[in-house]
Amino acid sequence: MAVDTLLERITDYASRPDPYPLYAELREAGVARQTDGSYLIGGYHDIVALLHDPRLSSDRRNRAAPYHGLREDEETLVPFLRLDDPEHHRLRALAMRPFGPPHSPGRVDAMRGEIARITRELAEAFRGRTHLDLVDDFAYPLPVTVICRLLGVPREDEPVFRDWSTTIIDAFDVRSGEDADKRQRAGAQARTEMGRYLVDLAERRRGQPDDTMLSAFVNAPAADGVLIREELAATAVLLLVAGHETTVNLITNGVLTLLRHPDQLDRLLREPQLMPTAVEELLRYEPPVHLLQRVPLAHIDVAGTTLPKGVPVVLAVASGSRDPRRFQNPDRFDPTRQDNQHLGFGSGIHLCYGAPLARIEAQTALTALLPHLSTATLTEDPPPYRHSALLRGPRHLPLDLASPRNKG
Amino acid sequence: MPGDLRDGRIVIVGASLAGLRAAETLRDEGFTGSLTVLGEEPWPPYDRPPLTKQVLLGTAAPESTGLPMRRDVDADWRLGVRADGLDPIGKRVLLAGGEALPYDRLLIATGTRARPWPHPEQAALDGVLAVRTRDDAAHLADRLAAGPRRVLVIGGGFTGSEIASACRERDIEVTVAERGPGPLVGALGGTLAKLAAGLQRAHGVDLRCGVTVTALRGDDKGRFTGADLSDGSRIDADVCVIALGAVRNVEWLADSGLAAGPHGVACDAGCRAFTRYGIVTDDVFVAGDVSRFPHPLFDYQMLSLEHWGNAVAQAEVAAHNMVSPGPLRRPHLGVPVFWSNHFGISIKSVGVPTFSDQVVVAQGSVAERRLAAVYGYQGRVTAAVTVDMGKWLEHYQRLIETAAPFPPAPGAADGHPLISELPVPSDVPDPAGLSHGPTVALTGHLPDRRLTVRHSGT
Repeated sequence: MAVDTLLERITDYASRPDPYPLYAELREAGVARQTDGSYLIGGYHDIVALLHDPRLSSDRRNRAAPYHGLREDEETLVPFLRLDDPEHHRLRALAMRPFGPPHSPGRVDAMRGEIARITRELAEAFRGRTHLDLVDDFAYPLPVTVICRLLGVPREDEPVFRDWSTTIIDAFDVRSGEDADKRQRAGAQARTEMGRYLVDLAERRRGQPDDTMLSAFVNAPAADGVLIREELAATAVLLLVAGHETTVNLITNGVLTLLRHPDQLDRLLREPQLMPTAVEELLRYEPPVHLLQRVPLAHIDVAGTTLPKGVPVVLAVASGSRDPRRFQNPDRFDPTRQDNQHLGFGSGIHLCYGAPLARIEAQTALTALLPHLSTATLTEDPPPYRHSALLRGPRHLPLDLASPRNKG
Repeated sequence: MPGDLRDGRIVIVGASLAGLRAAETLRDEGFTGSLTVLGEEPWPPYDRPPLTKQVLLGTAAPESTGLPMRRDVDADWRLGVRADGLDPIGKRVLLAGGEALPYDRLLIATGTRARPWPHPEQAALDGVLAVRTRDDAAHLADRLAAGPRRVLVIGGGFTGSEIASACRERDIEVTVAERGPGPLVGALGGTLAKLAAGLQRAHGVDLRCGVTVTALRGDDKGRFTGADLSDGSRIDADVCVIALGAVRNVEWLADSGLAAGPHGVACDAGCRAFTRYGIVTDDVFVAGDVSRFPHPLFDYQMLSLEHWGNAVAQAEVAAHNMVSPGPLRRPHLGVPVFWSNHFGISIKSVGVPTFSDQVVVAQGSVAERRLAAVYGYQGRVTAAVTVDMGKWLEHYQRLIETAAPFPPAPGAADGHPLISELPVPSDVPDPAGLSHGPTVALTGHLPDRRLTVRHSGT
């Protein structure tokens, strides 16, 4: 049966430029059982129901025997992204303290000016150039600079953590039918090393607080609890990695989409106030995160199928956001779309922690890029993609800035 | 005929959240006729939830609570004008000044007002007030800013709890006098009342349960000075807030022939008003707090809700049906949703907790002050309330919509089985015995009894 290999076909690198026809097949199938016994789900309403179901775990350690990954002692630094309540809630609440409401309601918003300045500096470097790689020259350095500033990581250390970050993302990827142990072991190793590095940075600020999040984590009032060393390491690694690896794709996918829809690009140039809804539409239409992994803690009935306890489930959120049963003309890019409750940031208790920051970064970045894009062309379409199927985006996006756009 | 429905004269009585959203929907759906919105207060429609929260904390000005208009509704706003009566045969709304306003279709959205203190001379004391309108909230905010020795709040429902919370946040001493066994008991039952009571006391509220206030006292200058309680004790305070729930604004309909009574104006699932004989009208519609409507998820009992979300949803359905021919009309079947923030926690409710015979703590615990409580009636899920766990609520809403079995299946991800405490009686009191209204009132019969007919005398 064709659906047996859907996950393999989706994760096959050849599908990276356009997985959407496969998602349509998946939605047709409802729930697709994979050759390894795991399940793949792509319908919007099914995914939302599961993401709000307390019987679905984010903790891989709840997988049944044949699906076990690493041994528990190899999995020490588990970030709250991969934990369940109540541990998830406690750690996320502590991580939220210096980042969002109720304790720091204005923290992210206060970054607007700085994000605009970084954006401007990066865009100014375009001047006089005819070719650039949007990823290396803009979409990657912007979020890296922002998250470094927010956390309190020296920007110059980027070469130090870049490899760790790549290894961690690689370990987190979904690749059907492949022994994941080696990747996961490398990922655990990279997390440990990165964690040690970040804890050291934080410890240097103990008793000498500044306005960074690492500083806040070691100098927080103890009333609400504190992060112990391992928790601090896991949390800081998560924030640093997730804080830039996703936004790169959001900005790059955004530029790619706008260049493929010159009429909408023109419209945004004329009506820049549409940018917030345009970014929401990008999160629906070309989201950075495509797949989420979960484990049922009980037998759960979905769309006429029983998901067995302990057997991994992959939720194709990018498919859900293109479900015609939820969105009208889902394959149409419409920057003015209303009622756009996409799954670009997930849903439920693990709803993206960094969403407010990602929104500001993407809105600022794309607004600043618009004038440059109006005379830009893609030199490769589709561009070369990163390997990851879970975190999907172009590895490079070469642009030709000088030649006038071909209005088709 | 459909063409006619988009034209003519529509009058909306009530320049409230429901009135405004109905007006916007009428225009959205292509109504091109004349639209008149009548409001008793002199202000354009404003939002009430901030009145007992931000306004009392001083973080928002009362004037800043105006509701955003989502579009130009091109209406004749008659503000500061009260409707005094309805002539359903002549199709006219009678105004307080003697004027009569003709209509082809009418929307009743007159909402509720604060239930007054039963003794007018005590209620007239300086320092005794309720919080229902923008002016009320401004008045109380001024009183709180003046630094009273103590505030007495009569009634521990959501409004009373939010006011008490605002007082504590401003470091003002406050006493809450609650007739039932705990705060919020009328809306959420005994289990959560225990949690709410613990929370209030932990925040320094002088909470008195199982007592009523027998008299409000004043000095010779007519200023409120304190109150006597039924247990013989006495409270000295400078401000007294009456938070005894709401009264529905139906008096103006007394001679209209509509089924309008203390529980509101009865209507069908399409928001069309009933006459007192139970015959549905076709030109009079009802929406918002003043309405009572049948709901299939709750045995078609007539629900009266005082929920922000219900006002919006019902107004939109009513407006749609006012301009749509019969087969295109929609029912108002939304699952009731409600939320409140006080004492640093967020309480969210879905379904009708008072329509229950059992409750179970499905996630978290009362001790953690973080939980999801699921309510069941005769073996199916009918409601859920979360405390600081709102992101799970959607799951329970689905259980309610699909009439899932109660108690819900075990296996939650939070470490312990879904059913952490065995189902216990939901301890929902008889609404008739509550002085401050539950925010959800089921009329007709109590959920533990099977009655079929009730004559609501008017």
